[in-house]
Amino acid sequence: MALDRWIALVILMISLVYGYTAFFTMDDGLPPFMKFNAIWPSTFPKGLSVLAILCALIILVSPGKDTDGPKVGDIDYRRLLDYKIGQAAALLGMMVLYALLLRPAGFLISTVGFLVISSMILGERKLHILIPIAMIAAGVVWYLVQGVLGIYLRPLPLFLGNGV
Amino acid sequence: MLDGILIGLSTAFSLSNLLMVIGGCLIGTFIGMLPGLGPMSIISIMIPVAISIGDPSAALILLAGVYYGAIFGGSTSSILINAPGVASTVATSFDGYPLARQGKAGKALTVAAISSFCGGSIGAVLLMIFAPALASVALLFHSAEYFALMVVGLSAIAAFAGTGQVVKALLMTVLGLIMATVGEGALFNMPRFTMGIMDLQSGFGFITLAMAMFALPEALYLVLDPSRSKTEGGSSEIKDLRITKAEAKSIAPVIGRQSIQGFLIGVLPGAGATIASFLGYAVERNIAPKEEQDQFGKGSVKGLAAPESANNAACTGSFVPLLTLGIPGSGTTAILLGALIALNVSPGPRLMVDEPQIFWAVIISMYVGNLILLILNLPLIPYIAKVLAVPRNYLIPFIFFFTLMGAYIGQNNATELLILVGLGICATLLRFADYPLAPLLIGFILGSMLEDNFSRSMQIYDGFGFLMERPMTIGLLGFAVLLVLLPAYRARRARLRQAGVADGD
Repeated sequence: MALDRWIALVILMISLVYGYTAFFTMDDGLPPFMKFNAIWPSTFPKGLSVLAILCALIILVSPGKDTDGPKVGDIDYRRLLDYKIGQAAALLGMMVLYALLLRPAGFLISTVGFLVISSMILGERKLHILIPIAMIAAGVVWYLVQGVLGIYLRPLPLFLGNGV
Repeated sequence: MLDGILIGLSTAFSLSNLLMVIGGCLIGTFIGMLPGLGPMSIISIMIPVAISIGDPSAALILLAGVYYGAIFGGSTSSILINAPGVASTVATSFDGYPLARQGKAGKALTVAAISSFCGGSIGAVLLMIFAPALASVALLFHSAEYFALMVVGLSAIAAFAGTGQVVKALLMTVLGLIMATVGEGALFNMPRFTMGIMDLQSGFGFITLAMAMFALPEALYLVLDPSRSKTEGGSSEIKDLRITKAEAKSIAPVIGRQSIQGFLIGVLPGAGATIASFLGYAVERNIAPKEEQDQFGKGSVKGLAAPESANNAACTGSFVPLLTLGIPGSGTTAILLGALIALNVSPGPRLMVDEPQIFWAVIISMYVGNLILLILNLPLIPYIAKVLAVPRNYLIPFIFFFTLMGAYIGQNNATELLILVGLGICATLLRFADYPLAPLLIGFILGSMLEDNFSRSMQIYDGFGFLMERPMTIGLLGFAVLLVLLPAYRARRARLRQAGVADGD
């Protein structure tokens, strides 16, 4: 089964759960006075779930067109292993790590770490250029976010106090 | 209208807004030139900045500037290194790159810049004429018609998605609508579909979703396939920006025709700049005299001028439904709409009446933006083009970093970053399987408005009565159904014919 049908199947599952919630469980908590309304919180979702289920089913059952291969310049997922899938996964891992470390480690350390390690994952080895660039970028962005946009970003790790 | 133009002039020509246009155009050109980064990624990265400006006119002016800049930058990388950063500039590379190979990169850039400028300016004039007229019609609409109109808009986006793609686009739209119902809506005051997760109480963040749908998959594609960010093989030598009188004469009618055609295509929801540029190229090739026809694809200035003027005019055209009906026709305008909503502006026909300064300032700033792109970027191009030499080892981590920052600034919440990564992976998978992502975002952004209008009509008419009592509503809904069914029917007929099966109609 081609990937697009697998995805249609997953979306079908999601819509079934969504539709079940909308049709059967959602209205239980509805206050009695609201039941006189023409519109309930579940009315619109009910319609959406029916539409989604219909569309997903059509994709699932419609005869597969002969795949004329991927478009030029597009990525062919059937040969995914030929691409730099390891690098992509590692970078995604870095993003998750960054999300988890942003608060405890502080913005400056996590950002410099993220930029340096991600570049190294991609093959960069000139650390004497990379580290200064990452530090300058982290400093500038921190200043812009904190100073110009006025959004609080803890610059230093937790144990060093609140910084600022 | 004159009053409006005056208000717009005074708003657009304030020092800070002029700086917004200039900054936006420069940033857009800069980033748009990087291969693989389209206007949607750039605008979604810029949104947190725009929203924190606080002033809706300034924010929209900035984002519109970024939009033009990105399109212009995309043309530059198409011409210089044959790596269109944007789908709408693919047609530009057909004739632009051969010109650059012949050592006429400077000339090609000039033709592109002039065509873009004319396309954008003519588009802006048409926008000034069309938008108020459409808005005054739209003022007669009630919530029932609005609901129907949005359904038409969403169906049109799906219908124009291309053969075999209609159902997929439709499914993506519905998925976007479903995602919009997550969280606590203003309408019912109760959380829906949060699955007990606290962070979903306020629903999915629009910036997070925009980043996850566009910026993240593009960056992942760049990682997966290094050849997408190739920078070698281009002629970095840019000299002699002049074009001859004869060339100017030959491209003038092309620019005129394609600006108008591009604008009209841009107004249609779902069509947009990409279709406008390809169609413009095809039309001009077909109507060109025989000897010029052979030149197309080998470095014809006409073949370069056509897509360039068409895609810029179409970008301007896509603002018509956004500003008058509040319905975005493309991914980019959907992101702009989201930004406007985040700034407490509700786009729609009332926008022109209630907040004329926003409406007109945006239009005036389109002229200014086009002018700036012409006079500022053209001489600077040889230097800006150096950006093409940024090594990808540095570029890619920064793109990831900016998407993370954007999501963080938007929601001020580290959990949002995890949601971003999760949604980004889903979006990349969807892109692998050729599901269009723009409809999902458009559905998501229109979702709450669609439900609001639907609920209001249901309440007023105490049920589905509004369908019968308002002929315009039922007409529009019927049209929407037709829009979706027609391509499916035609695809089916084509398939049957291909299979050699006679169909009895």
